[in-house]
Amino acid sequence: METLRFVLSRFGQSLFALLCIVTITFFLARIAPGGPFLDEKAVPAHLLEKMNTKYGFDEPLIVQYGLYLGNLIQGDLGPSFGNKGFSVNEIIAQGLPVSFMLGFFGLGIALIIGVPIGVFAAARRNTAIDYVLMTVAMIGICLPTFVIAPLLGEWFAIELGWFDVALWENSSAWFLGALTLGLYYSAYIARLTRGSMLDVLSQDYIRTARSKGVSPFKVLFKHAFRGGITPVVAYLGPALAGLLGGSFVVETVFGLPGLGQHFIKAATNRDYWLINGTVTVFAVLILVMNFLVDVIQAWLDPRTKSLG
Amino acid sequence: MLRLSCHQTQQGYVSYLTPLGTALLGLAILTLLFTSSCKRESKVDIATREKILLLGNGGEPKALDPHIVSAVGDSNILRATFEGLVAYDPASDMLHEPGVAERWEPNHDFSEWTFYLRNNARWSNGDPVTAHDFVYAYHRILHPEMAAPYASMLYFLKNGSPFNRGELKDFSQVGVKALDDHTLVCTLESPTPFFPDIVKHTTWLPVHQPTIEAFGSMTDAFTDWQKPGNHVSNGAFQLTDWRINAYVKVRRNPHYWDAENVKPNGINFYPIDNTFTEEKAFRNGLLHYTYVIPSNLIPRYEAKEDPNLRSETYAGSYFYRCNVLEAPTDNPDFRRALAYAINQEAIVKYVTMGGQQPAYGFTPPSEAGYDPPRIIKFDPDKARSFLRKAGYESGADVPEFSIILNTNDAHKSIAVAIQDMWKKTLGIEKVKIQNQEWKVFQQTVLDKNFNVARAGWIGDFVDPTTFLGMWKTGDSNNNTGWSNPDYDRLLEESSFSSDTAERYRLLGEAEAILLHELPVLPIYWYTRVYLIHPDVKNWKPLLLDNHPYKHIDLVRDKEALIGKEAP
Repeated sequence: METLRFVLSRFGQSLFALLCIVTITFFLARIAPGGPFLDEKAVPAHLLEKMNTKYGFDEPLIVQYGLYLGNLIQGDLGPSFGNKGFSVNEIIAQGLPVSFMLGFFGLGIALIIGVPIGVFAAARRNTAIDYVLMTVAMIGICLPTFVIAPLLGEWFAIELGWFDVALWENSSAWFLGALTLGLYYSAYIARLTRGSMLDVLSQDYIRTARSKGVSPFKVLFKHAFRGGITPVVAYLGPALAGLLGGSFVVETVFGLPGLGQHFIKAATNRDYWLINGTVTVFAVLILVMNFLVDVIQAWLDPRTKSLG
Repeated sequence: MLRLSCHQTQQGYVSYLTPLGTALLGLAILTLLFTSSCKRESKVDIATREKILLLGNGGEPKALDPHIVSAVGDSNILRATFEGLVAYDPASDMLHEPGVAERWEPNHDFSEWTFYLRNNARWSNGDPVTAHDFVYAYHRILHPEMAAPYASMLYFLKNGSPFNRGELKDFSQVGVKALDDHTLVCTLESPTPFFPDIVKHTTWLPVHQPTIEAFGSMTDAFTDWQKPGNHVSNGAFQLTDWRINAYVKVRRNPHYWDAENVKPNGINFYPIDNTFTEEKAFRNGLLHYTYVIPSNLIPRYEAKEDPNLRSETYAGSYFYRCNVLEAPTDNPDFRRALAYAINQEAIVKYVTMGGQQPAYGFTPPSEAGYDPPRIIKFDPDKARSFLRKAGYESGADVPEFSIILNTNDAHKSIAVAIQDMWKKTLGIEKVKIQNQEWKVFQQTVLDKNFNVARAGWIGDFVDPTTFLGMWKTGDSNNNTGWSNPDYDRLLEESSFSSDTAERYRLLGEAEAILLHELPVLPIYWYTRVYLIHPDVKNWKPLLLDNHPYKHIDLVRDKEALIGKEAP
């Protein structure tokens, strides 16, 4: 019963947060100067007026907002002005799988690299290898993806010819994109894992286990790991959301048709419905991720449930 | 830069890779096992063999409906899929190729043109292309409900403008008639000897009525008719695939009247916004042609004397607009001081570096024979004397004003150079450079809420009026507040003259007024710099860059060296 109430209240909170996000986005996009129909070659005033009427932009903003919410509830995100002939629903349906692919592989790579390095560094705390690993991780965190991505492209695609450097169809460029994201996040995950493992390793129950003569390997993986990994799990939700929404750079560098590009371009194009649509999708993703993380965390560490 | 051939052992670089990197390398090797080796045939090689052109095409197309687009990249795709009355010649902007019309003729004063359409022109579904299709298309683009952004291209037709504005309801009064299925008569507002050039533009392409109306009414702009599978067109190619931000593919149209002479089997257009990515894709053997090349990579290609680099004159003008309604740019002498203090040669040589031409006038010179008055040349003394004439003892007295530009490094470098030139030559201290995001910038210019604003203009057809028309009083692209009755009168007069030499003389006089009053500060005339694979044949330099793709051939070039040494 208590669990159900916890879930329901979290759900209600998420829904309210979503409504706020949708509302703020709608009005922010409309307050920004410029509009979707402006172009380098000026559109005559009478045509501009015509277009505004055609798409209902001459109605009071609050009426437009009501219409938008009504359509949104029915799952209709409206047309795109930057990609004429495509609806926002279609654009998201095309872009989201690409973003997911980048995000999941990126996260997988980040975990495969980051967690073992973190555990290893914690086990060899304050030795040369620990310092080296953590320095490398620090550099990794500081190197932005727009530096890593072109370098990976230059090495693995152009010099070595192992991958294609760009494009989507029949192209392996997406893997370089996932690798870029994975490397970037692996550095953070390594540091996070190390920190929390050290924290756990200094706990009383670990000392007890050690004094009882449990092998160091077993202490590390059986006793410490489950507690030590909790903050990493907590980080996965925001990280995946960040990977999905933050893949703009790798998408442009490797020419991948993900949602990240639309997220940015919609704003610069004043493609109102696409701005709202992409923001809504990312907001839903982040809210869902956070929700799932709460549940998983409670399962991993029963203490968190009572805090819920 | 790391240079390794694929035969070198890995030991060479493991030594300086970090543990993180080692893990990465392991992963990459794993992937290598189930992907490809570096000796495979490149994508471009395969495409050449299959005669598919792989073209970088700038940004994602806004639409594939000829009546709602105006961007250059979009018009490239339209030129592949549609054919107008007159087609582009592969080697010269001045020549015409017959398109749907076999031949055409003007009346005595060029104010009425008759096009004789071929009997064998077909839509991609096999329907015949008739004169009625053109009438329907012109009705659609001019229809006020369509709100086509570039409808003004059809104001050449008699009553095109009032019909588009909704002042005239009856389309039969607009100057286009189908006498029968194969005869189209266009009656124009004024004599236009260069009308065949005009009808080559994408806005004059026909559309297939049953297709348009299967997905909505005539004036619905955002319908599914432009999607692959639905799209019906009459050009050498038909649309087969379109994925946003990934590709647009067109393949041979079997019903095209001249199908046997169409060289490529298809074209893949790749929207690659990031110019560095595009250049890398070229080196990686993924593209036959890049839309552009980042200007800071040009010197590197030039140093190597890379045969794939091409630099060609392009009908475009880069300039600054001055707001003549706001101080201090409301003073013509002050604008003259600014113009003569810009060292255009230095800008093209040290800043843009792409082989651009310093703009001494506004309209770029063209093979059509028009040469603009070349008045604006860097002259520090003249600039300083104009500054004094404008009432400033020294540049320090000039009130603060700004140059606005849309956020872009290339625009910024030019602005910084000009800011410095004004400071050094005129002593003007208080010039700010203000970046604005693209749409904000457009709104600011539209609202005339600026002193000096960056601008560029690409010609739509080979005639100086495509550049000079915008400075007429109240033109929607004027945006400077400038108005000059003599200028308007000369342009009007020129439009009633059917003698080209006389027209050019009148237009030259008009441009001289423009360059004397200077609502614009000319900076340079464009060049197009791009990379092209040696397999691509018959790709000739064109001023408007409108290549008729059916003539472009793909033949394996043994000499081809792309990116690195061939294995």
